[in-house]
Amino acid sequence: MSNPIAANPYSLKWLGHFFGSSVGRKLIMSLTGLFLCLFLLVHMSGNLQLLKGDGGRAFNEYAYFMTHFAPIKIVSYVTYFLILLHAIDGIALALKNRQARPSKYAVNPTGATWASRNMTILGIVILLFLVVHLKNFWFAYKFGTMPMVTYDGKEYKDLYSIVKEAFSQWWYVAFYLISLVALCFHLLHGFQSAFRTLGLEHKKYTPIISIIGWVFSIGVILGFALQPVAMFLGL
Amino acid sequence: MKFTLKVWRQNNAQDAGRFETYSLSDVENDMSFLEMMDVLNQQLIKEKKDPVAFDHDCREGICGMCSMVINGHPHGHVKATTTCQLHMRSFKDGDTIVIEPWRAKAFPVIKDLAVDRSAFDNIIQAGGYVSVNTGSAPDANAVPVPQDLAEKAMDAAECIGCGACVAACKNSSAMLFLSAKVSHLALLPQGKPEHKKRVISMVKAHDEAGFGSCTNTGACEAYCPKGISITNIARLNREYLTAALASEEAV
Repeated sequence: MSNPIAANPYSLKWLGHFFGSSVGRKLIMSLTGLFLCLFLLVHMSGNLQLLKGDGGRAFNEYAYFMTHFAPIKIVSYVTYFLILLHAIDGIALALKNRQARPSKYAVNPTGATWASRNMTILGIVILLFLVVHLKNFWFAYKFGTMPMVTYDGKEYKDLYSIVKEAFSQWWYVAFYLISLVALCFHLLHGFQSAFRTLGLEHKKYTPIISIIGWVFSIGVILGFALQPVAMFLGL
Repeated sequence: MKFTLKVWRQNNAQDAGRFETYSLSDVENDMSFLEMMDVLNQQLIKEKKDPVAFDHDCREGICGMCSMVINGHPHGHVKATTTCQLHMRSFKDGDTIVIEPWRAKAFPVIKDLAVDRSAFDNIIQAGGYVSVNTGSAPDANAVPVPQDLAEKAMDAAECIGCGACVAACKNSSAMLFLSAKVSHLALLPQGKPEHKKRVISMVKAHDEAGFGSCTNTGACEAYCPKGISITNIARLNREYLTAALASEEAV
């Protein structure tokens, strides 16, 4: 006879216990964050087509492909969901962590980088940016009335002209750049923190992760800043 | 030396608490911070006032009882030092010093600067031990332990459980304490048989005590009087994730 303690499978409650634990909730932040890093890289590469100098043809064709190719559409819905999960779990964790100190210090201990202490506020700036950004480009493209262009007898929505219009306004470019700085600081802490949360700290690999984190955080931000600055200056 | 002290006074956990300002002269520069507090209390007693309650025991930097946030620095601004080993010569004559207790929901104030750190005891009771009698000292090479693991385990075992990591953390997380205790046992052969069960129940006790969760800021490491590294927190995460997801241990 086998021992029932050793043999019986668990009810699914263990999943709730795991994802409710402080390490389990960090795991959610870590994995969604790393996925969103990948998304940033793809988005940034796509944007580089704005600079081709072909009147926006490559960019418009790219936008069409991204919104009409089924596998990409599925991935984009996954991305929307993971952005929301990362934002909601992040804010919920920040509120819970605040409650862990009901009586505040007169002089606050620091001892940590500015970015690491301000991840929530940086995240909220990025979330606000996303709302404006999605409304102007994504919502307009999907549901708004768009100017059209024809390449080789096929009609395309002219997203390029909308982007060009937006980036001709100084305040829009400034808003863009401020949000990118917030994103940069968010990534500087978040990238390496995500690996630590996964338990991936190693004498050999942590220095490599740290260098990739710096290069990624600054590289992605420069890549995103290129188009608004170049288009505003009419380059 | 002369000092102006702004000291947190609080009658009990229910009291809202407030700062009171005291002037102190005739402090010698080779006094420890706690000796300076003794001088203050002597002065208060002579004035027939209530002395300031604060925790202390060994005054040798090894018991983990002293607990004061001094000018926003848990255990003061000197690195890897407990409050009792902080000397007045590291302050400037005439300084104003703000003294607060560890502030965390899981560490309710008993009185003034003394807080109740039973939450740490609960975490230890949840798994910070080995369940077999170890008996007397075994033969040196009966259980081989690689030197690097022995060193890492000893570094983790240096934790004196003072709670400065919780005081320093913006989330009031006790992950550095927890990870030091989990690491010190998990790295050694004697702690291995129970390592999965241990990490799961200790994380549970940590969360139930009302500590926040870790965001890897590193403030704990910066203020730890024993220099415990946050590498231990990564090890704790690794231990917990593998125990919870890859083993059959109950979560």
